[in-house]
Amino acid sequence: MSELTLERGLAAFRAEVDGPVAAFFSSCVHCGICAQACPFYVETGDPKYTPILKLEPLRRVWENDFTLWGRIKGLIGLQQKVTDQMLAEWEELLYDSCTMCGRCSMVCPVGNDLALMIRKSREGMVQSGHAPEGLIAASVRAIQTGSPMGLQWKTLAVQIKHVEDSSGLAVPVDKDGAEYLVLLSSMEVINFPEYLEAITRIFAHAGVSWTLSTDCFEATNAGIQIGNKDVAAELVERVVAAAEKLRVSKVISPECGHAFTAIRWEGPNLIGRSYPFKVFHIIEVLDELRAAGRIQTEGMETDRLSMHDPCNLARKSGVIQQQRNLMNLVAENFVDLKEHGKLQWCCGAGGGVSSNERAEPLKMAAFKHKKAQIEEVNAERMVTMCATCRTQLEEGLEEFNMDIPVVGLTEMIAEHLVEKPRPASPADAQA
Amino acid sequence: MSGSMEFLLWTKGPMFNVAIAIFAIGLLVRIAEIFVLGRERNYAEPRASEWLPGLRTVFTRTVADPGTFKRAPFNVVVGWVWHIGFLIALLLFVPHIKLIESLTGLSWPALPNPIISMVTAVTLVALIATLIHRMTHPVKRRISTIEDYLVWTVVFAVVLTGFLAFNRMINPYPLVLGMHILSAEIMLILLPFTKLTHIFTLFIARWYNGAAFGRKGVQS
Repeated sequence: MSELTLERGLAAFRAEVDGPVAAFFSSCVHCGICAQACPFYVETGDPKYTPILKLEPLRRVWENDFTLWGRIKGLIGLQQKVTDQMLAEWEELLYDSCTMCGRCSMVCPVGNDLALMIRKSREGMVQSGHAPEGLIAASVRAIQTGSPMGLQWKTLAVQIKHVEDSSGLAVPVDKDGAEYLVLLSSMEVINFPEYLEAITRIFAHAGVSWTLSTDCFEATNAGIQIGNKDVAAELVERVVAAAEKLRVSKVISPECGHAFTAIRWEGPNLIGRSYPFKVFHIIEVLDELRAAGRIQTEGMETDRLSMHDPCNLARKSGVIQQQRNLMNLVAENFVDLKEHGKLQWCCGAGGGVSSNERAEPLKMAAFKHKKAQIEEVNAERMVTMCATCRTQLEEGLEEFNMDIPVVGLTEMIAEHLVEKPRPASPADAQA
Repeated sequence: MSGSMEFLLWTKGPMFNVAIAIFAIGLLVRIAEIFVLGRERNYAEPRASEWLPGLRTVFTRTVADPGTFKRAPFNVVVGWVWHIGFLIALLLFVPHIKLIESLTGLSWPALPNPIISMVTAVTLVALIATLIHRMTHPVKRRISTIEDYLVWTVVFAVVLTGFLAFNRMINPYPLVLGMHILSAEIMLILLPFTKLTHIFTLFIARWYNGAAFGRKGVQS
């Protein structure tokens, strides 16, 4: 790989400037309201974490190279240049203190989509050699092993065996022509093996035809978190190839937020073509099955449950009502956090922050906002549907000595399934 | 007296033409810069169309969500007060309507002058409040540039000279009226090259925002 330089970085920044970026920077009046939407500013009180300030390198590139006024300024030597030193300083602002949760984009009075511009800025940061070590390592592992955590199929195979032993059901692998290809996230496989068992049981219950693929089981995309289109496109291509090979019509993204936005919204643009299949988050699929009457549950959770909407799922993908429908199916004492859905607050760990060890103190600081929200409604247990959020909630609540367990919504649904007798096979019917 | 009359005629004549020309060409270039860049084709299957959600956000983003209002009430309220005050004075004051009518042929009813005078006084107070806020709030201090203070000064000068002229507080009258017209012309000239552009581009920005989120099924 050729060397990463400021010049390459600036070229990458330039390549990211488009009409929306020009409209956004043309419209900013420095009102500072974006800071009030950012958990990193709100919880630290440090003005350097103001979202629009994080975008200063991209703004300078836009003004210098894409505006008449910037060029005139250049002629008289008044341009503010982007320097290597500046980018080094901005690395913390663009990576450690931003999860690209998009809350600022929802709140900006002039309508600036700041999260989109952070995503774009990271492309320039990578090319100029200013990306965090932790994210570089995750990207390299993802490309080399297929998993950002270096997880291999043989580990998953062991887990599949456990699931089959414990559930008495078969986990379909490489089943040609299945309806759904199920993707997983490494963090889920390692931290929350109950997820795989849950979908195995739910899909058997609902009679869903599905499969895993030995070619590609990983849904997460380190390339999107670090901000490198080449890496991101390569990871998307692997999913597409696996789905095409097995001729599935639908692909399911797991309980992971960014994996879903990566494959659902960015993926087709990264590879420059539409997919021959549809993409769903597992929560969308479960709610469709519920609506179609294919999931029968019994019993209700009785404790006071609340729910954390993952930013990537709710605000950035429009999956908001589905998880509530599913909660109401199995929980009788469910209460929403005050600000939820499209205006939820980020857990503090997404967008690559949790893969960036250096950002740990900031990640915990940002979590304090979620903690306050949870305390406000006196939740006894939290439910969520993203492995990164779930890990952050568990670690954060433990850090503050709060005895509030966190569960995944999919596994909670699985626990309430009505035990069905095996459906009669055609042979039985004839007899 | 004759000097001030000449000054007034200059602001109403040659200077007015210069200001309008720079404003119009500058703004056109700025808007063209945005649309020439455009957007790349989006291959992701949309949940909804872009147009309606985009248009909706153009309007809805005018009002802060309850949580933001609670966290930044000063910002929201004072911002609203001075913007509305400025618009009322600009669009509902008899001489301004006459000017617009002479340029475009369009005309509408005005508000009584004493009300305009009161609204202008409130706007001036609100503008001073925004300046103090900018100089004291940690976030605003950190992100403010010379341009922010320059633009504030020009906007404040426009409103202040208008107020002084209306209330005949400076003599001779042609001088203060000329100063009002000149400061408005400086504002027009600066508009395409400073954050004042938001007066026009914010509709584009909001549309892009609403379209991007709306496409994904989220009302932004």
